[in-house]
Amino acid sequence: MYSEKVIEHFRNPHNYGKIKNPDGVGKVGNILCGDVMHLYIKVSRRGDEEIISDIKFETFGCAAAISTSSVITDLVKGKTIEQAMKVSNKDIIKELGGLPPIKVHCSLLAVDALKEAIYDYLKKNNKPIPTSILENHKRLTKEMKILEEKYKNTVL
Amino acid sequence: MKKIYLDNAATTRVADEVLEAMKPFFNEKYGNASSLHSFGREAKQALEESRNKIAKFLGVDASEIVFTSCATESNNFAIKGIAFANKNKGKHIVTTKIEHPCVLESCKWLEKNGFEVTYLPVDEYGLVRPEDVENAIRKDTILVSVMYANNEIGTVEPISEIGKICREKGVIFHTDAVQSFGKIPLEIDNVDLLSASAHKLYGPKGVGLLLIRKGIKIDTLLSGGGHESGRRSGTENVAGIVGFATAVELAKKEMNKEIERQRKLRDILIKNTLEIEKSKLNGHPTIRLPNNTNFSFYGIEGESLIMRLDDKGIAASTGSACSSPKLLPSHVLLAIGLSPALAHGSLRMTLGRYNTKEEIDYVCDVLPKVVEDLRKISPYGG
Repeated sequence: MYSEKVIEHFRNPHNYGKIKNPDGVGKVGNILCGDVMHLYIKVSRRGDEEIISDIKFETFGCAAAISTSSVITDLVKGKTIEQAMKVSNKDIIKELGGLPPIKVHCSLLAVDALKEAIYDYLKKNNKPIPTSILENHKRLTKEMKILEEKYKNTVL
Repeated sequence: MKKIYLDNAATTRVADEVLEAMKPFFNEKYGNASSLHSFGREAKQALEESRNKIAKFLGVDASEIVFTSCATESNNFAIKGIAFANKNKGKHIVTTKIEHPCVLESCKWLEKNGFEVTYLPVDEYGLVRPEDVENAIRKDTILVSVMYANNEIGTVEPISEIGKICREKGVIFHTDAVQSFGKIPLEIDNVDLLSASAHKLYGPKGVGLLLIRKGIKIDTLLSGGGHESGRRSGTENVAGIVGFATAVELAKKEMNKEIERQRKLRDILIKNTLEIEKSKLNGHPTIRLPNNTNFSFYGIEGESLIMRLDDKGIAASTGSACSSPKLLPSHVLLAIGLSPALAHGSLRMTLGRYNTKEEIDYVCDVLPKVVEDLRKISPYGG
């Protein structure tokens, strides 16, 4: 059911772990649903540009969740923030040689995690936040609230 | 790489003896058991001999055994068939929250068709409390269905006690015995209907049975030419049924020895696995099938664990429903009160007659490292 590329990333994921003193952190997903992704980024200046000089992930989830996490770190490492913001879940799926339909949400989760990490970085540094990143953040916060309300009596 | 099969609750390898017994019924004795000529009579004889063997094993009359295509059919047949044949007496059914989906979905279908179903809870080990059954039975209760042993966590239910309560109250009692049939001695004196399947005990896929005690009123699911005394139409799968009977005879011969042997291996696996930090055994420590283990590992997800074990040649399964669109963890693990986090990180390893001590030692060796590696990737690993 999984492509060879998915299996490859799942067996040997790239860039996993934590970054000490990250410049931005994106935490998405919910353990109730079985997928949680944490993305850590380090941002450096290169001339006039800001680039993601380092990126690491921690993921609780299925093989697809782990491989999409691994791939997104590959896709944005060394890229400018602007370039990174343009990465879509289609890019991830393409890079992985496809994902089973029921696992497509894993690629969306990876994009959300990246956007949240960028949001966190921009917010902390009082930088202007592009609408797409802000809207995404608002949507995720809202979704999280609904989920928390739904499962407020559940012990994790 | 050596492959180790530890998913015997899902299905088992067909035993060589079983395969040999089945072979002639594909290309030599291929008659239709309903035909009058010699081919037909030959098939009919094999069919009835098989029925006798299985009836003897269960200690029931041969006429009480109906062959089906699988346990899912048997459970559908039992629940829907009893409900419709007895609906004049009442429309209430009692079952549990930890039944196999084919029982739960049959009950849900009945709910859509005017019946009422009570789903009983279980305790932290997955045990149904007989007093809960007693309290749930109403004047209009027509059926109680409780599985003999749970397919995920291996907990063996107090079937004899529950059966007794049903007898006293005059309610029909069905048990889904798929995981226990041929694995442990069954106490079925107070059981009215019992479902079993061949492929869980080294028989072929595509054959099941439903034991229906004499005098039990049941509607048929498959209407047609009146096979199986009119209770289940459709040409009998003679080769499969011969295989089923051979598997049952094998089980009869080996049961005591295999219970001891597999229980020992199971306990080695449990002891070693529980040495892994933040691991938990799901189900009862002793009132469980001799071949079942089910663990949860905090911080890792079941599918990942299964796939990493598969890379090491170990075939196991999970209670996690990650691969299903529902994204919900196992209904059984939630019913025993596991947090969703632990329920997502479950691993079921089920033993069989072909597993060896060397294999279990290898698993005990490999598993801690696989868990550790996945925890390194997890945000909850620390």
